[in-house]
Amino acid sequence: MMDLRLRRKLTNYFALSLSMMAVAFGLFWLFWLLTSVFKMGVGGLSLSLFTKMTPPPGSDGGLLNAIVGSLIQIGLATLIGTPFGVLSGVYLAEYGAHTRLGKTTLFINDILLSAPSIVVGLVVYAVYVAPVGHFSALAGIFALALLVIPVVIRTTENMLVLVPDSLREAVFALGTPKWKVITKVTLRASLAGIVTGVLLAVARVAGETAPLLFTSLSNQFWTLDLNKPMATLPVIIFNFAMSPYADWQRMAWSGVLLITFGVLALNILARVLFRTKHKH
Amino acid sequence: MADSTKRSSGLGDWIFHNLTRLFALLTLLILLGILGSLVYGALPSIHKFGFSFLWHRDWNPPMNDFGALVHIYGTLVTSLIALIIAVPVSFGIALFLTELSPLWLRRPLGIAIELLAGIPSIVFGMWGLLVFAPIFSEYIQPFLTATLGHIPLLGHLFQGIPIGIGLLSAGIILSIMIIPFIASVMRDVFEVTPEILKESAYAVGATTWEVVWSVVLPFTRVGVIGGIMLGLGRALGETMAVTFVIGNSDQLDTSSLYAAGNSIASALANEFTEATTPMYTSSLIELGLILFLITFVVLVLSKLLLLRLSRKEGKGT
Repeated sequence: MMDLRLRRKLTNYFALSLSMMAVAFGLFWLFWLLTSVFKMGVGGLSLSLFTKMTPPPGSDGGLLNAIVGSLIQIGLATLIGTPFGVLSGVYLAEYGAHTRLGKTTLFINDILLSAPSIVVGLVVYAVYVAPVGHFSALAGIFALALLVIPVVIRTTENMLVLVPDSLREAVFALGTPKWKVITKVTLRASLAGIVTGVLLAVARVAGETAPLLFTSLSNQFWTLDLNKPMATLPVIIFNFAMSPYADWQRMAWSGVLLITFGVLALNILARVLFRTKHKH
Repeated sequence: MADSTKRSSGLGDWIFHNLTRLFALLTLLILLGILGSLVYGALPSIHKFGFSFLWHRDWNPPMNDFGALVHIYGTLVTSLIALIIAVPVSFGIALFLTELSPLWLRRPLGIAIELLAGIPSIVFGMWGLLVFAPIFSEYIQPFLTATLGHIPLLGHLFQGIPIGIGLLSAGIILSIMIIPFIASVMRDVFEVTPEILKESAYAVGATTWEVVWSVVLPFTRVGVIGGIMLGLGRALGETMAVTFVIGNSDQLDTSSLYAAGNSIASALANEFTEATTPMYTSSLIELGLILFLITFVVLVLSKLLLLRLSRKEGKGT
């Protein structure tokens, strides 16, 4: 009897310590990753990183064209993806929740949310780059927009469903048409949540490399022409990190530092924003 | 007057309803478009190699001779390694977050785990190649060879030259990347277990471990498997992290996990812009098609399992 009790107790302690070790294991990687990114990247941070173009190996330079290229492509992809995602999300939550189209789309959207991003790059290559005949920033924007859309749809739908029906009924009772109820009331009520979703979408595409490799490619030089290949931070990091040149690798580390803390900041901002709005 | 405002509001409704419906339909078309364009791009390769593409072992661009075996092998092996490490760890994390952690610690810990999920994969890749791989080859690989290398049957997996990059390294990096996904799904599904079930088990004297193992886990089994499948779906298609550390070799002549290999995604990332012949490009697109189909099936299964759990939860309350 005593034996069984002891055994159960020991099993319990053993399992619970393993569980704590699992948490330590997870945090260990996070810590190791962040400290080495910081250590390797901070040395290369300087003003010229933000004011000079990507250099040929062995000479002095910065990441300006890559940073601007990333901002342009992420910005435009978000501009395309957000209205698309919000409208689609409105249908899923407000009109089509019980229709076959609504249910199927919601299901498929969750698949798209986790689909490999490199496949999206392939698709844009096959549909746009190959027929046009050259790589371009525009192709990269399309690829990123395709990744923004599912995230925005998911959060929009989630947030709209949270709006209490009594609020909708109250506005309906005033004789308001449904489209006005949605645009003036329910969308506004869930604005913080939708903005959170957009921020998370930006955070997700900001670090995406795979879909850009054969769409916007990269560019050693400054360009604002959307019809030309354009550098982005992740692709430049990829090219520089894989290169044998020490100064390129150092610059890649600085790029990684920028992107990591940029993305983490966006993630935290999204959480804080959402939380303060939903406290009361 | 009243009639005309009514009609115009009806028109507004009609427009808005159909506008949103159009975009929902477009979302659906994205999926069909992905599938259609991949199949179309892969047609030349499908015609030339047929089904044997799937198990043909040579990948020889100069001879225009292509087979996907090396890449499918690399994709599955790295994802399997990732799951073997990530599943028990994620289970431990979820258990800690739902049953053990003091309340004040739950939120910060949960956020830390989710931040790990937010770090871009290129960061994992570069860190894996330049920081992790050297340490791995100098300390961990010799240790594994000296210990696991002597196990009969499994031993040969851990023999070979410890170069730091290869299938095993890629699998380990992948595991770190999918832990947050699996752990957060497991935490969420553990939380749907009705308190009353857990409390009755505690009331008859069950230990925390017994409650989790015999009450929470059986109740949430489908959801847990769904979470694991979600992680698997992520691991299969993960590109940049794998591309940096897998070694990019199209050879498959050893069973050692230390060997360099190639996954479907890493082959695409490395070779697509260098593909010089139409057949080369088409074969790479067919690789992409295979990857998409595999992940699609895995993700659909994951979603269906998770839906089954939420339906069960709905019935319970």
